[in-house]
Amino acid sequence: MKRVYVNEEWCLGCHLCEYNCAFANSGMDDMAEALKGKKIFPRIHVEENDRITFAVSCRHCEDPICVKSCIAGAISKRDGVVCVDQDKCVGCLTCVLVCPYGALAPNENGIMQKCELCLTNSFGEPACVSGCPNNAIVYESRDEVQTEVDPDGRTLYVGD
Amino acid sequence: MSIDFLYPEFEVVRNMDRCITCRVCERQCANEVHAYNERLDKMVSDESKCVNCQRCVSLCPTRALKIVKSDCKLRENANWQNDGIREIYKQANSGGVLLSSMGNPKELPVYWDRMLINASQVTNPSIDPLREPMETRVFLGKKNVKPERDESGNLICKVPPQLELDLPVMFSAMSYGSISYNAHASLARAATEMGTYYNTGEGGLHEDFYQYGPNTIVQVASGRFGVHEEYLAAGAAIEIKIGQGAKPGIGGHLPGSKIVGDVSRTRMIPEGSDAISPAPHHDIYSIEDLRQLVYSLKEATEYKKPVIVKVAAVHNIAAIASGIARSGADIIAIDGIRGGTGAAPTRIRDNVGIPIELALAAVDQRLRDERIRNNVSLVVGGSIRSAADIVKAIALGADACYIATGALLALGCHLCRTCQTGKCNWGIATQRPELVKRLNPDIGSRRLINLLTAWKHEIKEMMGGMGINSIEALRGNRLMLRGVGLTEKELEILGISHAGE
Amino acid sequence: MSKGVHFVTGKLWRDECLCFFYFQNGKGESKMKKEGQVRIPSGCAIAAVISTEGKKISGGLVAEAMRPMHDRSNGLGGGFAGYGIYPDYKEFYALHMFFDERATRKDCEAFLKERFEVVHAEVIPTRKIPAITDEPIIWRYFVAPLQSKVAAMQVEEEEYVVRAVTRINTEMNGAYVFSSGKNMGTFKAVGFPEDVGIFYRLEEYEGYSWTAHGRYPTNTPGWWGGAHPFTLLDFSIVHNGEISSYDANRRYIEMFGYKCNLQTDTEVITYILDYLIRVQHLTLEEAASVIAAPFWSTIDRKTDLNDKEKHIYLRTLYPSLLITGPFSIVMGFNGGLMALNDRLKLRSMVVGEKDDKVFIASEEAAIRTMEPDAENIWAPSGGEPVVVRLKEGVQI
Repeated sequence: MKRVYVNEEWCLGCHLCEYNCAFANSGMDDMAEALKGKKIFPRIHVEENDRITFAVSCRHCEDPICVKSCIAGAISKRDGVVCVDQDKCVGCLTCVLVCPYGALAPNENGIMQKCELCLTNSFGEPACVSGCPNNAIVYESRDEVQTEVDPDGRTLYVGD
Repeated sequence: MSIDFLYPEFEVVRNMDRCITCRVCERQCANEVHAYNERLDKMVSDESKCVNCQRCVSLCPTRALKIVKSDCKLRENANWQNDGIREIYKQANSGGVLLSSMGNPKELPVYWDRMLINASQVTNPSIDPLREPMETRVFLGKKNVKPERDESGNLICKVPPQLELDLPVMFSAMSYGSISYNAHASLARAATEMGTYYNTGEGGLHEDFYQYGPNTIVQVASGRFGVHEEYLAAGAAIEIKIGQGAKPGIGGHLPGSKIVGDVSRTRMIPEGSDAISPAPHHDIYSIEDLRQLVYSLKEATEYKKPVIVKVAAVHNIAAIASGIARSGADIIAIDGIRGGTGAAPTRIRDNVGIPIELALAAVDQRLRDERIRNNVSLVVGGSIRSAADIVKAIALGADACYIATGALLALGCHLCRTCQTGKCNWGIATQRPELVKRLNPDIGSRRLINLLTAWKHEIKEMMGGMGINSIEALRGNRLMLRGVGLTEKELEILGISHAGE
Repeated sequence: MSKGVHFVTGKLWRDECLCFFYFQNGKGESKMKKEGQVRIPSGCAIAAVISTEGKKISGGLVAEAMRPMHDRSNGLGGGFAGYGIYPDYKEFYALHMFFDERATRKDCEAFLKERFEVVHAEVIPTRKIPAITDEPIIWRYFVAPLQSKVAAMQVEEEEYVVRAVTRINTEMNGAYVFSSGKNMGTFKAVGFPEDVGIFYRLEEYEGYSWTAHGRYPTNTPGWWGGAHPFTLLDFSIVHNGEISSYDANRRYIEMFGYKCNLQTDTEVITYILDYLIRVQHLTLEEAASVIAAPFWSTIDRKTDLNDKEKHIYLRTLYPSLLITGPFSIVMGFNGGLMALNDRLKLRSMVVGEKDDKVFIASEEAAIRTMEPDAENIWAPSGGEPVVVRLKEGVQI
C-alpha cells in the first residue's frame, strides 16, 4: 500500500506541509483566502529541535490502536486508510492519548481530524507530498517490511 | 565609521493580501531578511540583507513575494555608474580587495550569439533524429598514433588512454568546499547516469564518492589539496589546473569558514584555515616544467589515464596551447573570461582574460597549422549556456564542452553572485549543514540528468538539420557557421564567413 | 544555367582563370566566385565498369552508359577515368594538364623539366563538336621523377609526385594537373558526359577499367578543372552527393599537407582515401570503415570481438575522417575499383555482373546500356564497400 513516508535527512523544517495540508482540507480554491489571518489546524505537524526537524502524520497502522480505543466508534479503517467519522466523534481525545506517534489532533471545534491521505478532498493525493520542496515527504509503496512493536508486544505498524 | 553609504540594492515586495504569515520566507532565508512581528501579526523585511537569491520567492506558497531592484538611485552619470560608486564606498569602508562570485556579468560581446547554424535544403537531406541514428559519442585523448599490424596483418588496436563521453558535455571543476557535499553527489550521480564526467576541482575527493571514480576527473591544482596516490588512482583522468577563466593568474581561494569537518579532512588541511592556492604551481615556472608534471602524473598512474591541462583563455592562448600540446598532455581544457567561480577578486574576474569563442577558434586553427591538433583533444568552458552554444563550439573545433554555471543553475542556483559568503540558500555554495540539506541529490541529480538529456536531444536536432549524423563530422566544421554583425577581424579569427556569403 | 553565364565563363577561362569573374545582372556589375573560392553543392550521375580478367574495354562503352542518365547532369561537367590505357608508357606517370595559354604551358614545362624526365609530351587529341566549347589547351606528359631530386627531398617517389602536382595546382595560375597516375588517365570537360566522351575520342582508348561522371552543380561558373573524376596519382574518384562533413574533413586532412583548392567533396574524399590507404597503410575495407563507419549501435552489438575492437579502434583514431551526408563514390585505382555509399545510403547506387565484368552505376539503366544481359543486379547497403580487383595473376 502507498503511504506517506518522511525522510528526516531532507526535511528542512519549512512547515510548508502544514499549510498545504490545511489548505487541501479547507475546501477552498485559493490558499490566501483559505488561510489568511487564521490559525491553522493541519493534520501533519513538524516536530523540531535544534538539530532535527521531522514531519509527523498518521502511519495508517496495520493494527491501529486508535480504532480500538475510540469510545464512539468514530474511527475505522477503510481500504487500509484510517478515517474519522466526524459526526460520531464526541471529542473525548482518547485517540490522542493512545496514538504512539502523536499523529492525531482535533480541529478548531475540538472534533478529531487526521490525515486521510487527501483521498477524499479535491487534491486526490497527499498535498504535503506534492508541496514538499525537498522530497522529504514521499508517497510510495515500499518493498521492505517495516514493523514497529510497542512495549507490550503489540504490532503497531507494518509497512508493505 | 557611522555611515557606510551602502543602500539596499533590492526591495522585498510583499503582497499583504496574499501573505498568510506561514513564515516559510523567514525560515528559509539564511541572510535573515524576513521576520515575523508578533505585535503587528505581520511579516517584515530587512532589505539591506537581501542578495536577491529568490529562495523566499520560490517557496512562498501564495506567491505573495517578489524581489525587485531598488529604484532608489544615485544621480545618473554615464561615467560614474551606480556599481562603480558602490564599489568605491565598499572599499572606502573596508580597505580590502573586492570579492565576487560566478561569471563576469559585464557587457562583453557574447560571440555565440553572433554565430548562426546552417541547415540542409534541397541539395542534401536533413536527417530526422527520431527516425535515424544520431551519434553524440566522443573520445577525448591523443589520436596521433600510426596503425601497426601483427605478423598476420591484423591491426594492433592500441590507442593512448581515452575518455569516452556519450555526449560532448562534462561538468567542469568545482571543488568540494566551494560547493556542498550534496552538490557533488548530484554531479557525480548525473555524470555516471549520462555517461560523462564530473570534475572534483581542487578540493580532493570525498571518500563517499570514490564509487563514482570511473566518471570522475580528479584535479591537481597549485595548492595540491587532497592529492594522494589513491586520489589519482580513483579518477578516470587527471586534470592539472593552471588557471581558470574567472581569475587567470591567481589560484583558488576558499575561506576558512568553509573548511569544516569533511572538507578539511578531504583537503588534508586544518579546520578553519583559509585554503589559498598559490598563483602559479611552484614546480611549473615554464613549459618544460609542465611536461615534467604531466609525466610525473602519468608515471604515478601507469600511463593508464589521460592527463588534462586546464588553462584560462588569455591573450597568447594559441601559443600556450601549442606548448601544452607538445608537453605530453592528452587533453587541453580552456576556460573563457565568462567562466564562473565561488570567489574571485572582482577586478580580475571582470577584466582579465579573453572570450572563449575567440580563444577556441585561435587554438584550434593554430594546432592545425602546426599539424598537432591530433596530439590533443580540446575541451572548452567559460559560459556554455545551451545546446546551441555546444553545437557552435564543436563546429568551431572543440571536442567537448565543460559546463559548471549551467549545471549549478539546474541545481537551483539563481546567480545571486554571493557564493563567497557561504550562505547559499540553495544548499549549493555552502557548508552549513542546515543549508546543505536543502539540496536533495535525488532531485539535484535528476535535474542535471534532465538538462543533459534535453541538450542531447537539441544537439541531435540541430545536427540532423545540418545533415550530420555524428558529432565527429561536426567537429571543426566551420562551414556550418556564419557570423552576424561581426567585423572582418572577428570573422577572420573565428575562421567563419559572414551570413549571406 | 543561362547561356550568358556559359559565355562569360568560357571567356574568363582564357583571360583570368584564377580571378573573380563578372557577369551583368542588369543592375550593374556583381561578383561571383569561382570553384575553389567558394563551395558549390552538386548532384551527379556515376558509372563504372571493370573486367576482372583484364580484358580491354573501349572508352566509348562507358561514355554511352551516361546517355540514359542525361537528366542527372546539367551540362556543367562530365568526365572519365580509364585504367590500363597507356600500356606503352606504363612505367611513367601520365600528367594530364589544362593550360590557359601557351606562355603558361612553357613556364609549366620548365617547372616539370627541373623535376622530371619527360619522355613524351603531346596534345591530347580532341574532336571539335558544337556541344563542347571554350576548351583550354590540353596536353599530356609521360614523366619519371629525377631520382636525385627525390633523394634530396627524402620522400617516397609517389609523395614527390604528389607534392609537385600540388604545387602546380596551388601556385601556378592558369595551369592545372587533372590526372597524374601510371597507366591511367582522366578526361574531363564542361559539358554533358556523353559529349565529353565524343570530344576526347574515348572510343579510341581501351582499358580494363573505366569510371564516368556527369555533374549537376547548383551554382557554378563551370570550370574544366572542377569536373570529375578527381584524381591523385592513380586514385580517381567519381562521386554523387553533397557531404555534410566537408569542412571537418577538409580542415583535418589539410593538416597532412593536402590543399583543398577546389572545395569539392570529390577532392577531399580523394585526399582522405589517399591518406588512409597510401600514408596510413589501411586496407580498402578499413578505409571504408573509417569514412562510412558503422553506427556505434551496430558496433556495440557485434559478437565478433576482434571485428568490434577494430571498428572501435578505427573510429577512435580517425573521427574527423568520418564522412556524413549523402554520397555514392567509385574509387578507381591500379588493379581495381571500390564502390561505397554513405552509411544511410542517401544516394542511389547499383551493382551488376556479367561474365568477367562488374558494372556500377547510379541507375540500372546505365548498366543495361553497357550490358543488356547484366545479372545479379543489387544495391549495396550504406557503408558496405564493394571492392572489385583484377583476378590474381592477371597482368596488364
